[in-house]
Amino acid sequence: MEAAAGGQRALLRQVLGWRVAAAITWSVLLLPICTAAFIVLSGLDPFHPVRWISNSFNDLYTSYVIFCIFLMSVVIIVISIFNVEFYAVVPSIPCSRLALIGKIIHPQQVIHSFVHAIMGMLVAWCATVMTKGRFQFLAVSCTPSESPEDAVPQMCLNEYHLFFLLSGAFLGYSYSLFYLINNMNYLPFPIIQQYKYLRFRRSLPLLIKHSCVESLYFVRNFCVTYYFFGYIPKVWICTTMDLHTDSKLHPLDTLSGLLDLSLFYHTWLSGVFLLMTWYIAWLLFKIYATESHHFPIQPTFAQETDQCLPKILSSNPPLLIKFLALQDLMLLSQYSPVRRQEVFSLSQPGGHPHNWTAISRECLSLLSDLTQRLIAQQEAAAAANGRAKPPVGELKVPPQTPGAVGIEDMSFQSQRSNIVLRASMSPLVKPSLMPVKTSPGSDVGSPFSSPALSYKMGVVDVKSPWHGSVQSPHVVRRGPKLWTSLSDQQMNGSHHESLPVLSAARTGSEAVQPRFIYTWLQNKQEQMKTFLSKRALIMYFFSKHPEASIQAVFSDAQMHIWALEGLSHLVAASFTEDQFGVVQTTLPAILNTLLTLQEVVDRHFKLPHVSSKPPRISGSLVDTSYKTLRFALRASLKTALYRITTVFGEHLNAVQVSTEHKKRLQQFLEYKE
Amino acid sequence: MCSLGLFPPPPPPGDVTLYELNNALVCGRLSEQIPLAFQSQVPDLPVLSLPKEPLKAHGRLEPSARPPFIHHRESLWKRCLSAWRDTGLCGLLRELASAEEEGLRWLRTGSSHALAVCRWLSSLHGSLFPHLSLTSEDMITAFSQAVDWAGCTIRAFAWHPHTNKFAVALLDDSIRVYNSSSATVPSLKHRLQRNVASMAWKPLCASILAVACQSCVLVWHLDPTSLSTRPSSGCAQVLSYPGHSPVTSLAWAPSGERLLSASPVDTAMLVWDVSTESCVQLQWFGGGGVTYLAWSPDGSKVLAATPSAVFRVWEAQMWTCERWPTIKGRCQTGCWSPDGSRLLFTVLGESVIYSLSFSEYRGEMQGQVGGSKTASIVADLAETTFETLYGEERIGGEVHSMVWDPTGERLAVIIRGHPESPGSQPAIAVFRTRNSPVFELLPCGFVRGERGARPQLISFHPCFPQGALLTVCWSSGKISHIPFFFVSTLEPRASPRRSPVPVLGSVREQPLFSEL
Repeated sequence: MEAAAGGQRALLRQVLGWRVAAAITWSVLLLPICTAAFIVLSGLDPFHPVRWISNSFNDLYTSYVIFCIFLMSVVIIVISIFNVEFYAVVPSIPCSRLALIGKIIHPQQVIHSFVHAIMGMLVAWCATVMTKGRFQFLAVSCTPSESPEDAVPQMCLNEYHLFFLLSGAFLGYSYSLFYLINNMNYLPFPIIQQYKYLRFRRSLPLLIKHSCVESLYFVRNFCVTYYFFGYIPKVWICTTMDLHTDSKLHPLDTLSGLLDLSLFYHTWLSGVFLLMTWYIAWLLFKIYATESHHFPIQPTFAQETDQCLPKILSSNPPLLIKFLALQDLMLLSQYSPVRRQEVFSLSQPGGHPHNWTAISRECLSLLSDLTQRLIAQQEAAAAANGRAKPPVGELKVPPQTPGAVGIEDMSFQSQRSNIVLRASMSPLVKPSLMPVKTSPGSDVGSPFSSPALSYKMGVVDVKSPWHGSVQSPHVVRRGPKLWTSLSDQQMNGSHHESLPVLSAARTGSEAVQPRFIYTWLQNKQEQMKTFLSKRALIMYFFSKHPEASIQAVFSDAQMHIWALEGLSHLVAASFTEDQFGVVQTTLPAILNTLLTLQEVVDRHFKLPHVSSKPPRISGSLVDTSYKTLRFALRASLKTALYRITTVFGEHLNAVQVSTEHKKRLQQFLEYKE
Repeated sequence: MCSLGLFPPPPPPGDVTLYELNNALVCGRLSEQIPLAFQSQVPDLPVLSLPKEPLKAHGRLEPSARPPFIHHRESLWKRCLSAWRDTGLCGLLRELASAEEEGLRWLRTGSSHALAVCRWLSSLHGSLFPHLSLTSEDMITAFSQAVDWAGCTIRAFAWHPHTNKFAVALLDDSIRVYNSSSATVPSLKHRLQRNVASMAWKPLCASILAVACQSCVLVWHLDPTSLSTRPSSGCAQVLSYPGHSPVTSLAWAPSGERLLSASPVDTAMLVWDVSTESCVQLQWFGGGGVTYLAWSPDGSKVLAATPSAVFRVWEAQMWTCERWPTIKGRCQTGCWSPDGSRLLFTVLGESVIYSLSFSEYRGEMQGQVGGSKTASIVADLAETTFETLYGEERIGGEVHSMVWDPTGERLAVIIRGHPESPGSQPAIAVFRTRNSPVFELLPCGFVRGERGARPQLISFHPCFPQGALLTVCWSSGKISHIPFFFVSTLEPRASPRRSPVPVLGSVREQPLFSEL
């Protein structure tokens, strides 16, 4: 087990190592160009163009510029290391404001911000050195005063220099904060494959524009901050370094001091310089890390077994490797007949389709995991709605309230699909993970339901005539959430397994505590929540943003999209390319999984709070594609189903699927979905 | 090489081409029926007549609702702001130059000078790429695949790739969707749906239609089971990108995942992920824009024609391109063989069809287009005089639009004719083609419509099981379907009726048992 984990880490290092090295190299190589541009622009003198150009070119070769470039290379390397350490292929989306605050004060993030502030200060120092002029030194000799007796030259604080350094630190900190808030550590995979140079060239204008605008905002914020709190560092530096303040010069933390156009221009320019170099490092890392990687299907040598695609998919590698593997699967299924042939091939002694089995099993388990998650989320949403509707004081909920009827309807549907789901794809899904439900009758007959559950239902269901009665089982099922009184709990105690599926799924196993205490605790928790939810301030921090929680559910949907595309392309290609019919054996399972997922996704988009259209994406540098992944998933799911039905056509009627799904398939065959 | 001289003479005036049987086009009166043996096999397709009169020409000549309102003088500052928002820098300068406020002399003169510089610069730009000085409607007229885009009722036509359903864009900016199996005809209207230049149905999908409009691309999500005749504009997604208008051409990837859009003004073509409304620019300077797109049926390559004498062929995996300069004019139209190994294209100013072959697509050669060195001329369409019983007829000239049927056996071409010479008329010529083992182009005949009707748009049915079905939109507003009955060696893929037979050269041919 540990050896496998070690092997996977080695694989990650092998795949990512070169990419990181190349990205860092390129960003360091691009640094002198940025520096040259900075020097030229910082010496801007439109009235003497010749002198300006010649001066700036002379400056380029001076030793201190070379030293600055060297220092900034170190900064770039540190920034790149942070990029590598913090990247994520699945963005973490804070669902409430409190979660966001929690992320900001997380020690990891604090270190990130601190180091970035230091690095910002270093870059700002380099910028002052390269700008020269009045910004260069922290301590300068005071302007001699008129009084002749004060002849001893004194050292004064150069406030411009301090302003510059502090602005660098502020920019570094702001960069780090925006890095977190905008999820800039998220690696979005491109929608089309392109060469790295072309991708870089495409993003470059956007990068320049973005850094200019961001720098403007940051410098504005910094000026405001300095106006209010600027005296603190100034006094501190003066006392520790025993410097005087020059009485002749304007102090900078006044309005007139800050209205210095040259100071503003230089601060802004150094901010642009800082952001550009850092964004370039970030962009290059993003481009290199999301480049497709070619995994072999079959190992040519025995020691390469760990690196081939089926093995990687079926093991549990670092997420980036898994994403790259699925991307490779999608590409090979679409573009490479030779590699497809390898997928469909049989193992040499034995004649088993190991490659296809491993790949299809992994894709299907990914998809059915998503199905589970969506069902759980829908259940939770339905339950939350149900709790919101009836008044709190009411003890017994009449099932015929309009709100409850709607929910009932919905949950009944989901239940029905669950049965179908369980009956159809249980070989692929562990039974313990399946949401356990008390559905009348049907589960008893199902061979996959646990005997304990069947027994329980025998006890509960047989005695009470659920069918046709006023009280529906679904209301009772949600009893523990609806009712707060203890006696009711005990009455319905036998239903404790049917507590919200979400919690069951989270804990992964049945409750081990005595059920009485457990339900009591649940109750108290609910009461606590309702009590707290009435306090406005707490609501402000705790309230979940519906859009954010939906985004969180679909945050890793890119994997599922690739799995869908890869699987459907492979199945479609198998119609002509699969010589041994290996795909045919899994076709019913694939169709069942896809159709079930289709049903669940359809239902998800009918939930309240769920918009059916993607939000507008502004063409900015910061990628927000994770916000729209669910729409991409919906589209590619439908396309995947159509791809299979279009190629197989009438032959699909011979495939063993449930009647429900057969109807659905027929709709797809007639192009009516 | 094939020339028009080898063609059988055109049918007598008054006769209409009805169908093709036994390698010959049969014409006759409209009332004549298709032979009984074939009648049951042809789906019941709606034959439409959409005359110009009932269509209300849109009265929206003025782009804004300004005239009905009483003129109100606002402050200069507000006017400048709104001008900046409406028309950008030039509008701002114009507003400033025409300001009547006191004490703004220097501002007025300054802005009028700046405006002059702007105009001079734009005229300089226009002299490099003359098409940029056209208005957007003239631009669409020039680059559209419809012969007379501005004057005819039907502006664009698109067959659904899998079902018997087609969409027609009309002069009044509405789109109607006709379906052989249902009587409801949805009519699509949207505030932004103006000057439709092209339409495309999403493959591997029930009912998603992309529409190239003047300012954006609209993607209609139609419910195939809905009975509504007027889907709300909420069913349409708006895909717009600054600087990317008017859109004149659209192409869906055959795998249904991406949409390409092109504008003659924008040097970049856009690859859209429609579901998330995000796009990637494929920038390639030179040429001044992209006028026409054609995605090869196997999904491997894309033809992108530009307004200048150059066109490009993109390879659709790594998105690199090969550049093909033409000698005389811009590439007007092009079409791909079903396996994506051959591109036929025509050039403005020359009355020939060129062919360009590509090495077979294997998928391993990433980032290579693999085109041959030179294009060869496969057909000469120079003007030819036919002596018929009813007088002489002259046919020939530049090609305006060209379509190849999904089986790769028939090629239909709209020959525009010479507008100067009086006797020459636009005509549709049909060729028989074969792509393997060697490329062959044989004459089949001319397609004739009703008296006085000129062809406007042509399109092949994407999955006609008995051969090919050519749909022609005539200038009279009539849409007719002409079946070509033949037995194809290659079944059209994605046929709704029957499943496709394995493509040529598949691995299924291997014997199960060896002889030894």
